[in-house]
Amino acid sequence: MSRATISGEPDAFLIDLTKCTGCRGCMVACKQWNQLPAEETDFFSGEGYQNPKEMSENTYTVIKFREFEKNGHSIFSFYKEMCMHCDDPACVSVCPVNAFHKTPEGPVIYDAKVCIGCRFCMIGCPFDVPKYEWSKKLPLVRKCDGCYSRIKADLKPACVTACPSAMEYGPRSQMVQIAEERLKRHPDHYINTIYGKDEAGGTSVLYLSSEPYEELRFPSVPERPLPSYTWPALRLVPGIFATVVTGLTALTLFNHRKERLERERNKEKEAEQQRTVQAEEDKS
Amino acid sequence: MSITQAIGKEVKSYHWFVQLMLLLVLVGAAAAVYRFVFGLGATTNLNDRYPWGLWVSFDVVTAVPLAAGSFTLGAIVYCFNIKKLEPLIRPAIVTGFLGYSLVCVGLLVDLGQPHKGWHVLFFWNLHSPMFEVAMCVFAYTTVLFLEFLEPVGEKFGWNLSLKVLRKLHMPLVIAAAGISTLHQSSLGTFFLIAVEKLHSLWYNPLLPLQFWMSAISCGLCIIILEATATHKWMNQPNEGVLLRTIGKILPWTIGAYLVVRVFSLFFLTTGPLFDNPVMTRLFTVEMGGFVLALLMFSTTAVRNNDRLRAIAASVLVLTVILHRFNVSMFGMMDMNNIYYPSMTETLVTVGILAAHILFFVLIAKYFRIFVHSDGHEEPAQSCPSASAYSHG
Repeated sequence: MSRATISGEPDAFLIDLTKCTGCRGCMVACKQWNQLPAEETDFFSGEGYQNPKEMSENTYTVIKFREFEKNGHSIFSFYKEMCMHCDDPACVSVCPVNAFHKTPEGPVIYDAKVCIGCRFCMIGCPFDVPKYEWSKKLPLVRKCDGCYSRIKADLKPACVTACPSAMEYGPRSQMVQIAEERLKRHPDHYINTIYGKDEAGGTSVLYLSSEPYEELRFPSVPERPLPSYTWPALRLVPGIFATVVTGLTALTLFNHRKERLERERNKEKEAEQQRTVQAEEDKS
Repeated sequence: MSITQAIGKEVKSYHWFVQLMLLLVLVGAAAAVYRFVFGLGATTNLNDRYPWGLWVSFDVVTAVPLAAGSFTLGAIVYCFNIKKLEPLIRPAIVTGFLGYSLVCVGLLVDLGQPHKGWHVLFFWNLHSPMFEVAMCVFAYTTVLFLEFLEPVGEKFGWNLSLKVLRKLHMPLVIAAAGISTLHQSSLGTFFLIAVEKLHSLWYNPLLPLQFWMSAISCGLCIIILEATATHKWMNQPNEGVLLRTIGKILPWTIGAYLVVRVFSLFFLTTGPLFDNPVMTRLFTVEMGGFVLALLMFSTTAVRNNDRLRAIAASVLVLTVILHRFNVSMFGMMDMNNIYYPSMTETLVTVGILAAHILFFVLIAKYFRIFVHSDGHEEPAQSCPSASAYSHG
């Protein structure tokens, strides 16, 4: 029995960036579990002490390095980038063939068998998570699946298992509770926000940070779930179709009715004319 | 004489421009083969930052409104009963049919798993604008094919099927308008998901409505350009009188679009508008184009002059193309890391455009798609109110 069916709610990751040492053990564990090949990289390819530059078809999670100024001092910080496993994901809603699913256990998973490769998920995702196999001739989408096979076997995700200090995994409400307690206990230590609690309608990855999220360049994301932006237009589709079709049918019938009536009236007039002509002929 | 020789002789008899189009189509086809052999990553400039490029922006998002003339004109002629425009219908249907068939080609070239394209028809996701558009394009291409069968049936003398087709005529016209309304607007819905990605100058909740309204004007202008071109280069009679009527409709459709556009910009947009000089410039050119087209079509002198009318139509068509590129490409671009199409992408798109012109010319050569005789020479015959008076 998987974890979610026991707890009755999806699980979430809690990532406390103040406790991240930047050891990148999560990245190694992720590569090993998912059997992803290594990438050829340069040391300073990304922000700084960061390798590889960004997530890709072969890298589902990256420890990003950020350097910025705070109160006149140079500060650096790490953050873990991975799929956010949104509660109401954009990728699930935009995919024309239902290749993405939000599982009851929490992870958002991808079915390569049905994917047609339209890449709408990459446009839709507010966190730019889905990556494409640009190296392949028949490319598919790749992204973190929250180690769904491990979850099914009642294990925790590979990165959580490997992390020595900063990551926790469990029922979402429990993770939110832990995060809120930490914020309450150390208000001067943390930025007073749990990133992911409300972002994009709530995600299954929650962050705590001592540095402003804008400085870490977390994407600015609306609090409304992304699908709620397209659905108001899409749900009108049947109504609009019915309106246009009935409207135009009525218009056509009306316009052609006028024409038909005119034609009939003309016929009548002609008949009348003929009758009067005949009557005159009869008289003469 | 063998078939190849016969074809060779036939091709040699074509005008040099048609031969050039044929060459571009062949080059485009070769580029498409190259793309399929070596894969998307190797042959395009697409990457994880720009998963969509020229093929989505032009071959799909822009080509669909360019092919909107058929449904708009169908509704105007049959539903609003402005019968005198009827001679323009058949060429518009041919353009529409070609346009949509080539949209399907463009989609297949762009898909990473083209052999699974049919999945759209079986794995429905009603929440996906892409599903919505794919279903509509599929349905509408079928409708256009049926409408296109009429000249084909005439050519080969299929009387029975012609009878069936003529019965189906009205339902097809209405279905065409319904389906087109849905997918023209749903192309705008595509970009409603790009909430923080698309610049506020273009992002607003009425994007689908704007896509539909601008597609109507664009389709009508394509009809003007097409009729002007076939008169100039294909020895067809001048349809100026009919195009003048279309010119009279256009100020209303463009004006309505601009009202919605400006309203959404001022009242429905959140986020900074003029924070990026490049975006501001693109926006200014786009709005200027719409306003210029509106002013030109509102002027009688322009509407009544074949050359000026065609120029006004070109202004509007180019502006709609810019709008679609602004929404689907420029408005989402990272200025420090600009996307531009690769040689393969460009050659395929040019090939698709050339294919449109080539097939139109060839269809016009071998099928009867221009029906003039009773169109404008005796307007009294085709205009019901006038005929009523003349008989009375």
